[in-house]
Amino acid sequence: MSSNDHSKPVAKEESFGYDSKTIAYIRNAAAHGLYEIRGMGAKRQLPNFDDLVFLGASLSRYPLEGYREKCSTKTVLGTRFAKKPIELEIPITIAGMSFGSLSANVKEALGRAATEVGTSTTTGDGGMTQEERQSSKTLVYQCLPSRYGFNPDDVRRADAIEMVIGQGAKPGGGGMLLGQKVSPRVAKMRTLPAGIDQRSACRHPDWTGPDDLAIKIQELRELTDWEKPIYVKVGATRTFNDVKLAVHSGADVVVVDGMQGGTAATQTCFIEHVGIPTLAAVRQAVDALEDLDMMGKVQLIVSGGIRSGPDVAKALAMGADAVSIGQGVLIALGCNHDSYYQNSAHHDASAGYAALGTVPGYCHHCHTGKCPVGITTQDAVLEQRLTPEVGARHLKNYLKTLNMELTTIARACGKQNVHHLEREDLVALTLEAAAMARVPLAGTNWIPGVSGF
Amino acid sequence: MERMSFDLAQTPLRELNSFLHRDAPAKGVQKVVVTNPDGAHNIAVGLDCPVEVDVHGHAGYYAGGMNKTGTVTIFGSAGTGVAENMMSGRVHVKGFASNGAGASMHGGLLVIDGDAGLRCGISLKGGDIVVGGSVGSFSAFMAQAGRMVICGDAGDALGDSLYEAVLYVRGSIKSLGADAQIEPMSEADYAAVKSLLDAAGMQHDPKDFKRVASARSLYHWNADADQEY
Repeated sequence: MSSNDHSKPVAKEESFGYDSKTIAYIRNAAAHGLYEIRGMGAKRQLPNFDDLVFLGASLSRYPLEGYREKCSTKTVLGTRFAKKPIELEIPITIAGMSFGSLSANVKEALGRAATEVGTSTTTGDGGMTQEERQSSKTLVYQCLPSRYGFNPDDVRRADAIEMVIGQGAKPGGGGMLLGQKVSPRVAKMRTLPAGIDQRSACRHPDWTGPDDLAIKIQELRELTDWEKPIYVKVGATRTFNDVKLAVHSGADVVVVDGMQGGTAATQTCFIEHVGIPTLAAVRQAVDALEDLDMMGKVQLIVSGGIRSGPDVAKALAMGADAVSIGQGVLIALGCNHDSYYQNSAHHDASAGYAALGTVPGYCHHCHTGKCPVGITTQDAVLEQRLTPEVGARHLKNYLKTLNMELTTIARACGKQNVHHLEREDLVALTLEAAAMARVPLAGTNWIPGVSGF
Repeated sequence: MERMSFDLAQTPLRELNSFLHRDAPAKGVQKVVVTNPDGAHNIAVGLDCPVEVDVHGHAGYYAGGMNKTGTVTIFGSAGTGVAENMMSGRVHVKGFASNGAGASMHGGLLVIDGDAGLRCGISLKGGDIVVGGSVGSFSAFMAQAGRMVICGDAGDALGDSLYEAVLYVRGSIKSLGADAQIEPMSEADYAAVKSLLDAAGMQHDPKDFKRVASARSLYHWNADADQEY
């Protein structure tokens, strides 16, 4: 054999259907016999708010001075039935994330930052912690199918109640918390044996369907003497119908969570293949409210992949009253950062990422409980890597930045109040976004499915 | 003020519940009698003091829901979710109970003299349920802690995906749910059944009961467990 055989060109025509990712997936399935579970939301490319742009003021519209003129961001939620609606300084709230998925330090950091900027935080599956109640001035208490740690005393000391039907990352699915995160404290709060792989229910135990839900919501109202707003949160799927049914059930506020919404542990097949993008969901939700003549009576909160001030502005222009952020908040705290700040010094976290088989910027290993920057963990050593003070400072900065961006855009569109942003201010850059959001393709009057080209 | 009466044919439910939340503890009211409930939902929800509430007639959904330290007696039947999420105290249904009785209870004692519908004791997290009659399918689904005594029969899938709750059944079990198994009764089990029957005012021989608890084979993800998750 001649040595020339080795220089033969290697043919590398990758199959589209069986690319390296698919081959790795099949090998992994064959090796383990179990589906992959991971954190974060959908990673696939989806039509999103980046595909919309604002039509700033010009000759046909009159702008406000970007830094001088007043632009209100005040947001009131729960005006339909509650005696004590929620009043927020900004329309950007912190999404429900459980103690269990997050450390107690993180929950405290969320509460502190939210209180400083005048917004709300939300509990999660697993009950209310003292840290969160004490640090968060406005706390939304979730009532979830699992009812882990659900307690009438906490209902009474909450500022609003959120009935969770589903989550954007997994509409139709229950939560999970793998054994390594079910610490003795988490286990006690959830009445479970420590260390088990916890599976949350996907259906509520004491009601089925919207007519039952109406009675259940009434129970919560009776229990709180009709004081507290009641939210209903749905994962985005048949959003038009679901929002209508939530309104029928007596919700003060409807929360719609699109498929980009994050999670700390869900089956990948669920994250990527169940649910619809936030952009499509927000339009369906607004259509439902408009159809029922409930715009401004029932408030709409949109979540799932809201990252920036422009995202917030676009959600509001589409018709949302507020947004809710989970994943972006965690990234502001240091999620996927290459270092953490402890004892007045930065420390390299790359070894922690390497141990998980990942690198900063790609980590979705929340489910392992070994978060190298101390956020999604119950480990006594790791959780010290994020102190409430440092986390709260970063989160406050993030929320302030978003709010500044939001008001900058609103002023440029000539609005004295961010809630005056409207669909007419938006156009789409892609056909998909134009069709989903039902706003015209930029430079045209064309809305696919609505108007002729 | 020791005793108060509310006629729900005359008084809105909201007034009754508001009275139970604010005035009953403040004025030390010991007993509240409710007449003409006529299947109203959410009667006496969220009690937070040791008041006794007697409901003369049938109650709708969630009667005595989320009770803490109160005592609710329903001289009639109860709708879905009676005593749901009870923390402590006692709820006694003299008639029958519909679906989800005692759902996600954390404590206290729920007594149902008659039968209970589907999903009795679903998501149970503590406390005790004693059912004089039979329970429907999917009872004690995902029950995490606490005890259930069923003097009659149990329907399909009893104790599906059980955690640490323990069930005692006197009659037949149509089928057990995933990971539920029949276990031998110990002296402690006989004593538990006796004390619960005594508390409920029911007369049966503890020797007639069998114990159902979790095989704990679903506590960890396991590739060989097929689709039982």
